[in-house]
Amino acid sequence: MSQNTMNLKVKVWRQKNANTVGAFVTYDVASISDEMSFLEMLDILNERLITEGGDPVAFDHDCREGICGMCSLYINGKPHGPWQANTTCQLHMRAFKDGETIVIEPWRANSFPIVKDLTVDRSAFDRIIQAGGYISVNTGNAVDGNSLPIEKQNADDAFAAAMCIGCGACVAACKNSSAMLFLSAKVSHLALLPQGAPERKSRVLNMVAQMDKEGFGSCTNTGACEATCPKEISIANIARLNKEYLGASLSAE
Amino acid sequence: MTFKQMFTSSVGKKLVMAFTGIFLVLFLVVHAGLNACIWAMDGGVMFNKAAHFMGSFVVPRILEIGLFLGIFLHIIQGYMLTLENRSKRKIGYEVNYSKGSKWYSRSMAILGTILLMFFIIHWKHFWIPSRITGVAEMDLGNGFVVHNLYAVMQDTFQNQWVVLFYVISCIALAYHLAHGFQSAFKTIGVNNKRYHTMISTIGYGFAIIIPLAFAMMPISFYLHWVN
Repeated sequence: MSQNTMNLKVKVWRQKNANTVGAFVTYDVASISDEMSFLEMLDILNERLITEGGDPVAFDHDCREGICGMCSLYINGKPHGPWQANTTCQLHMRAFKDGETIVIEPWRANSFPIVKDLTVDRSAFDRIIQAGGYISVNTGNAVDGNSLPIEKQNADDAFAAAMCIGCGACVAACKNSSAMLFLSAKVSHLALLPQGAPERKSRVLNMVAQMDKEGFGSCTNTGACEATCPKEISIANIARLNKEYLGASLSAE
Repeated sequence: MTFKQMFTSSVGKKLVMAFTGIFLVLFLVVHAGLNACIWAMDGGVMFNKAAHFMGSFVVPRILEIGLFLGIFLHIIQGYMLTLENRSKRKIGYEVNYSKGSKWYSRSMAILGTILLMFFIIHWKHFWIPSRITGVAEMDLGNGFVVHNLYAVMQDTFQNQWVVLFYVISCIALAYHLAHGFQSAFKTIGVNNKRYHTMISTIGYGFAIIIPLAFAMMPISFYLHWVN
């Protein structure tokens, strides 16, 4: 397969830390292979910046396999870039054209404060999970596999919800900065399984309360989150969360 | 958990929007159904009788109080939520993400504002004259005298700008319903695969048929399809 190279401009948000004012800076990046990943392109830019004695662009990344949820980046007006069901680390430069200017912004939400440049603090998600995203199990030996019967459809739906990697693209895409797709995935995958039953009611109430405390907005069902989710989490989970919330809040003491 | 806590969380605030929205959807069916009496081609007799029933019978009068409460809750909560949600992102994006959602889903507050303006003008056209300032009457015989709201409609819809404003408002209503109908059901938790197709079909159908019926009313008077 022939390999094409391209010259691009990247317009990147630079911000020293949470307390300073940021601004866009445009860089030229030359001889980029279309087989490179998006993050490799940024690595090349950063190596050059370091060589020149400048400050490299800070961005989050870890596994670079599309499974850890660490990469972010709002590329040309869409979280994780132009491809569907894809994370930024799995985005390749063949998605862009020679001479193009690529605009790279951090996730924008008050609940995701900027740490530096394109890196944001997503610990609000960790605190939401801590508020109820767990189950009670008996201690002692591990139970035998498949000893607990679970309906196939529920197992599939729970697994689809558990695909959420907590990257925060749903919040970034939402006009209300709502974390409802994330929260609904976390609540759904436990609510659908028998293991999640003991804390079913307190889970949804505590996690919604924590989400509100973190300052995320309300869901208006626009569907932008579902459209941009790298793991294609269904918006039907949000309706399930609403149902869980309505039932739990009506029956709570 | 108190009801106050329940309805003031981010999900609870949406429940208020959904419940009042569904109530207003039901009101639209009643309103459109009664107003369709203008097409009875009887010089407004049936329409005026229907309007008289709604204005004098105790049940619709009680429901009217609920209607006003529902409308005001929906409007105030809607604006509060819009302002609150906007405040959640202090620094906006250079390039906005518009492909993932429909324009009307993102513009419910603007569409709602058009409907609020319509509501005020519509109130001034019909509700205030009928309830407070008084309108001409129609004698249906045997001492049965009713407000001639049909004549008020005939008179009001001779002005082309009023007709145009009503039609634009009906278009705003159509888009508001296209998102709102389905969204309300999602908010109250009804969105499994079985109901999703049903609700979206009914929702889009409702968003076309009801505003179209309403829009045809001023047009019918303006073009003298009814006299």
